[in-house]
Amino acid sequence: MKKDISRRSFLKSLSLATFSALALSGCNMEELDEFLQRNFRVLTDKEKDEIIKNLEIHYKEKYGREFQVTDTPAMEGVLFGYALDLSRCIGCRRCVYACVKENNQSRDPQIHWIQVLQMENEKGIDFAHSNVHYIPEKVPEKGHFYVPVQCQQCRTPQCTKVCPVKATWQEPDGIVVVDYNWCIGCRYCMAACPYGARHFNWGVPNIPDEEFNTNVHYLGNRPRMKGVVEKCTFCIQRTREGKYPSCLEICPVGARKFGNLLDPESEVRYILENKRVIVLKEELNFQPKFYYFFGV
Amino acid sequence: MNFLRFTMGSIKIIFRGSKTYYAWLFGLLCLIVWGGSGYYSQLNHGLIVTHMRDSVSWAFYIGNFTFLVGVAAAAVMLVIPAYIYNWKPIKEIVIFGELLAVCAVVMSISFIVVDIGNPFRFWHMLPVLGTINFPWSMLSWDFFVLSTYLLINLFVVTYLLYCIFYKKEYKKLLVLTLVLSSIPMAVAIHTVTAFLYNALPARIFWNSALLAPRFLASAFCSGPAILLILFQVLRKTTKFEIKDEAIWTIAELMVYSMAVYLFFTIAELFKEFYSGTEHILYWKYLLFGIGDNKEIVVYSWSSIIMGCVAFFLFLIPKTRKNFVTLNIGAVLIYISVYLEKGIALIIPGFTPDVLGQIYVYTPSMTEIRTAAMIFSIGFLLFTFLVKIAIAIIFEDYTIDSLVRKK
Repeated sequence: MKKDISRRSFLKSLSLATFSALALSGCNMEELDEFLQRNFRVLTDKEKDEIIKNLEIHYKEKYGREFQVTDTPAMEGVLFGYALDLSRCIGCRRCVYACVKENNQSRDPQIHWIQVLQMENEKGIDFAHSNVHYIPEKVPEKGHFYVPVQCQQCRTPQCTKVCPVKATWQEPDGIVVVDYNWCIGCRYCMAACPYGARHFNWGVPNIPDEEFNTNVHYLGNRPRMKGVVEKCTFCIQRTREGKYPSCLEICPVGARKFGNLLDPESEVRYILENKRVIVLKEELNFQPKFYYFFGV
Repeated sequence: MNFLRFTMGSIKIIFRGSKTYYAWLFGLLCLIVWGGSGYYSQLNHGLIVTHMRDSVSWAFYIGNFTFLVGVAAAAVMLVIPAYIYNWKPIKEIVIFGELLAVCAVVMSISFIVVDIGNPFRFWHMLPVLGTINFPWSMLSWDFFVLSTYLLINLFVVTYLLYCIFYKKEYKKLLVLTLVLSSIPMAVAIHTVTAFLYNALPARIFWNSALLAPRFLASAFCSGPAILLILFQVLRKTTKFEIKDEAIWTIAELMVYSMAVYLFFTIAELFKEFYSGTEHILYWKYLLFGIGDNKEIVVYSWSSIIMGCVAFFLFLIPKTRKNFVTLNIGAVLIYISVYLEKGIALIIPGFTPDVLGQIYVYTPSMTEIRTAAMIFSIGFLLFTFLVKIAIAIIFEDYTIDSLVRKK
């Protein structure tokens, strides 16, 4: 602990010297603290609490709203899994927009954590012939089915392995998260992800102040900055409190199922045991915890 | 103190020059300012001013990075033939090769810096201070080998020039060890860079074991091309002596590596097109376009045509030994490899994207300006270093000439 403090102050003075020399205009102590903040996983509980308290103040100043920031850890004995019924999905994209709202995704430039692919019945699951920009008046369209794709929460993810700075990792409950304050924005993880699940803040994210969801998790839906990667976290701010992800709640046809893979009584376990499930791109051996099945 | 004088002496040299020299510097400075203002807007607005998006999340910058790593690697690998064939000015070849390597590494690291979303967080990658993901992330390996390579080369050339400047004998064993260790390092930097792309099963286009061998072969075409021209210029303007035979041998070695590269590519193409799996999509996009999306076809075919013309110019002894056609060939192969690494390597890796969607990418003006800035800085650095080296090696610019003037 003592060593940490001295290292921190050393860092501080070191960067104070260099950065005052660089004359970073408008660089105040708060920004300097943020600049020097270390990887979330090496922080002590006390440091985390302080950072979260400061974030709430900062958000209040910036957006004029009261935010509740949490860093609720994973529950013991929980491994989250998702199941999606391809025979029910009608491709309405309500999940996409519920996710945008719940998880504070940038409206402009637009970020969608869920992509819904329209596929042709006779081709089966064939990405090369799928279309993400379908715009008919009414869905579902004849001769087509729909495959929503979001982070598949792989058991052996390559996105976390390739990160040069350990800014993204798998939590004990199986959720892959990103520390937005640590991500350098190299986008190696995006090159490694076979599901297009990772999204980059190419510009400053824009969300109207009144549209913010103010219940946020530090590793999930808190407001992001430009130049960092973000992704689906199974609604970490909800599911760790015992709620369902918002994409599941909005689904008008009940195609989405979610639960604890370690609980034999859970709905996902029932589906795994009684339905025929598939995972996307199983040949890559990333072992997703996101299953697709045909319920009817 | 001695080193300070050496540095001061070196700085003095870069300010001495003809009108053409100053015009060249001025031109580069203009490009740096023009490009720099483009990069400044990227710093302010974020990477949104590039044409990269989620589908094509790496593009022109990373392509340039890859190309320059190749140049850096090949510049030092040229020491092997110089040593084996016992070309007379071996020390000079080592010095100029390593100077080129230093500049190329500086440029390639700059391309990484401009590509990342939060350049100020670069320190997260440092050992001890940050949390570098070593050894798992290939990017951490790349960072490690590139910086080591930079330091070794920088040290060797500085040390050699320093010794000549002070008319001292250099420690042969030390230099030999470092130069010999920088050769496998040269292979390592390009191999690791290939591994960066190679082992991502998500990106089928790169997921071939031939990627690293192809990288090395193509680097051995583009890197020596620069030195080939530089040596001729030096021979004309300074006391630098290199025999025609040595230049032709470099050209001969280049033609071997071109042949190897051609063979590797044909092997790759045969496997892809004969088996005709869905993996063929990316090659199709590169060579023929998919549907109406033919935007990068022109780049890939110009690269292929220029490469083939250069191959024949270098292959036929008559054109190889004619300095006009030889230099045309050198320029052609350089551009060919640049297009291949800059455009044809990265973009098809992302088009169509992992979900089969096509986002058409071509570099934005900001990306071109930023690249122009980095290349100009690199050329400027190279000009300065070469000028210092020429003065010290060929123009007897030593500590004496510094003292005498006082």
